[in-house]
Amino acid sequence: MNGVIDVRGLTKRFGRHVAVNGVSIDVAKGEIAGFLGPNGSGKTTTIRMLCGLLTPDEGEGTCLGLDVRRDSKRIKAQIGYMTQRFSFYEDLTIRENLDFVARLYRLRSRKAQVDRTLERLGLGDRQQQLAGTLSGGWKQRLALAACVMHGPKLLLLDEPTAGVDPEARRVFWDQIHVLADEGLTVLVSTHYMDEAERCHRIFYINEGVVIARGTVDQVIADAGLTTWTVRGPGLARLAAALSDCDGVEQVAPFGNTLHVVGGDAERLEAAIAPFRKRHGLRWELDATSLEDVFIQLMGRRTGGQQAAA
Amino acid sequence: MFGRIMAVLVKEFIQMRRDRMTFGMMIGIPILQLVLFGFAINNDPKNLPTSVLIQDHGRYSRALVAAMQNTEYFRVDSVAATEAEAQRLLTTGAVNFVVTIPAGFERDLARGDQPQLLVQADATDPTASANALAALQQLQYTALRHELRGVLSGLNPDEPAFELVVHRLYNPEGITAYNVVPGLIGVILTMSTILMTSLALTRETERGTMENLLAMPLRPIEVMLGKIVPYIGIGCVQVAIILAAARWLFEVPILGSVPLLYGMLLAFIAANVCLGYTFSTLARTQMQAMQLTFFFFLPSILLSGFMFPFRGMPVWAQWIGEALPLTHFMRIARGILLKGNGFAEVAPSLWPIFVFLAIVGTIALRRYRQTLD
Repeated sequence: MNGVIDVRGLTKRFGRHVAVNGVSIDVAKGEIAGFLGPNGSGKTTTIRMLCGLLTPDEGEGTCLGLDVRRDSKRIKAQIGYMTQRFSFYEDLTIRENLDFVARLYRLRSRKAQVDRTLERLGLGDRQQQLAGTLSGGWKQRLALAACVMHGPKLLLLDEPTAGVDPEARRVFWDQIHVLADEGLTVLVSTHYMDEAERCHRIFYINEGVVIARGTVDQVIADAGLTTWTVRGPGLARLAAALSDCDGVEQVAPFGNTLHVVGGDAERLEAAIAPFRKRHGLRWELDATSLEDVFIQLMGRRTGGQQAAA
Repeated sequence: MFGRIMAVLVKEFIQMRRDRMTFGMMIGIPILQLVLFGFAINNDPKNLPTSVLIQDHGRYSRALVAAMQNTEYFRVDSVAATEAEAQRLLTTGAVNFVVTIPAGFERDLARGDQPQLLVQADATDPTASANALAALQQLQYTALRHELRGVLSGLNPDEPAFELVVHRLYNPEGITAYNVVPGLIGVILTMSTILMTSLALTRETERGTMENLLAMPLRPIEVMLGKIVPYIGIGCVQVAIILAAARWLFEVPILGSVPLLYGMLLAFIAANVCLGYTFSTLARTQMQAMQLTFFFFLPSILLSGFMFPFRGMPVWAQWIGEALPLTHFMRIARGILLKGNGFAEVAPSLWPIFVFLAIVGTIALRRYRQTLD
């Protein structure tokens, strides 16, 4: 496998806590890979190991064909890393920030590059504004622009859309797809299901272990879940009653509906049978959503751990 | 209301306890400094290095030298062969006093002609030499009491046996500003340059920009030089202001070459900004960086010879003082401004600054972490 990212068994410990435990990731050129998992599951730590900010305790592999342990300096020159927290200078203007980055990467025709980036961002008329006065969405756009200005081959984005409004998120993802079409490879961590669905492939990490991987459809299919949705009155009481039933693995409210999920379709059907005749309830066999799968995967944190992929 | 005060109070205590470095500094440092400075500082310096130029050997000169040593103010640790050598010892600051026993001293003394005894004092620091010179006045009457017996006893009681001629060199009127202002150049530079650069990296860390900086292809030396050079520039501007004030406001004589002083300043400022940068690699917060700065600043002003005479301190404190760039810079600045020293005379004080710079720079580069590990 000759992927842009190809690492095996990455492990990182902080004291006695194992933050990342034997993570293997492979991402092909031009692919948008989603990195999902609950808070503290090891997403940021993994990304930091990929770009040389953290040294793996165990594991090996390559990023852009360069050894992640030995060549981190050369890797740094060819990737764009967008940190979770805005990490450009709030007391510098937008242009000054971009100019700083352009100098660091020793870009030729710096002024033209910065101009073009400002224009593409739509920030041309606000270039003298201090970065600290930008709203969350604009800060994120500035950060992305600064990350791609030097023409990296790989983008590592750590929760880039946290705290950004839906419209800005949509614009952001459109941009990511344009960049990927141009051949850029992207690894992006996120909490949002709709964003996961916009990825070519996803990795789900929990407690430092990748427990699901593949395309969205694959991940859903691999989970092998059956989902029923219920509408009607008294859903809260129904949920409490259902969750104790054998064969029902998960009951989750979604707006005015309840998703009832189980791994064994027949046992699930048997379990809900007594409730299906209740007055006013409308039951439907539904497609399992990615979110159902993730709630299931997260639930395993407290339950068995044997499902590690 | 009391409950809410408690809420804030308890929170403050918890935070204080978490920041171990600050806590340690608040408890440990005052004790350390109290002991350090309490024993080190002495406004009545004794054992001041003295050189004698003896042009007439004899029992009286021997007795005189012995009597000077007995005052405890003078430590005669060199005998100059020539006048030129004696001058060099004074200009480089190797000795504070040169006592010249002129030719014919023994004879004139025996005759009761009251020969002259020349004492040249380095008066750049007027307080440092004042008590020693006062003790010397006494010696006129007492030093030779035992030697002048028999026929010479008539000389003894009321009149001094010899005439004391004291030259207060470099600062004849004993103007404090002459001594303080050149020192102030160093003190002000120490304070401002270290403080500014000690925040260099901690500011990046606290604002979250460090992670981004580390993710980009930058080498530690590039970060360090990029961060300290601007402050060297600012330091040079500060110097120009202080020098102008010294010249026109305090009317301190500038006998030596100003370009030479600037060259020396560059080395001194470089040592300081480098130290500040090292502090910023050691401290995790800006608060800690500032504490480290003050921790360094206090011994710098107290043990460098700025506020209290360097020679007055016990030897161990002088060793600490010798490790501080300010001590050496102070000698350089006073030497150039008040004594008109050239490069040859200040060079002995220059190399320690470079040693300091090299050590501190190495620590900084080793401490700079290229990862977040």
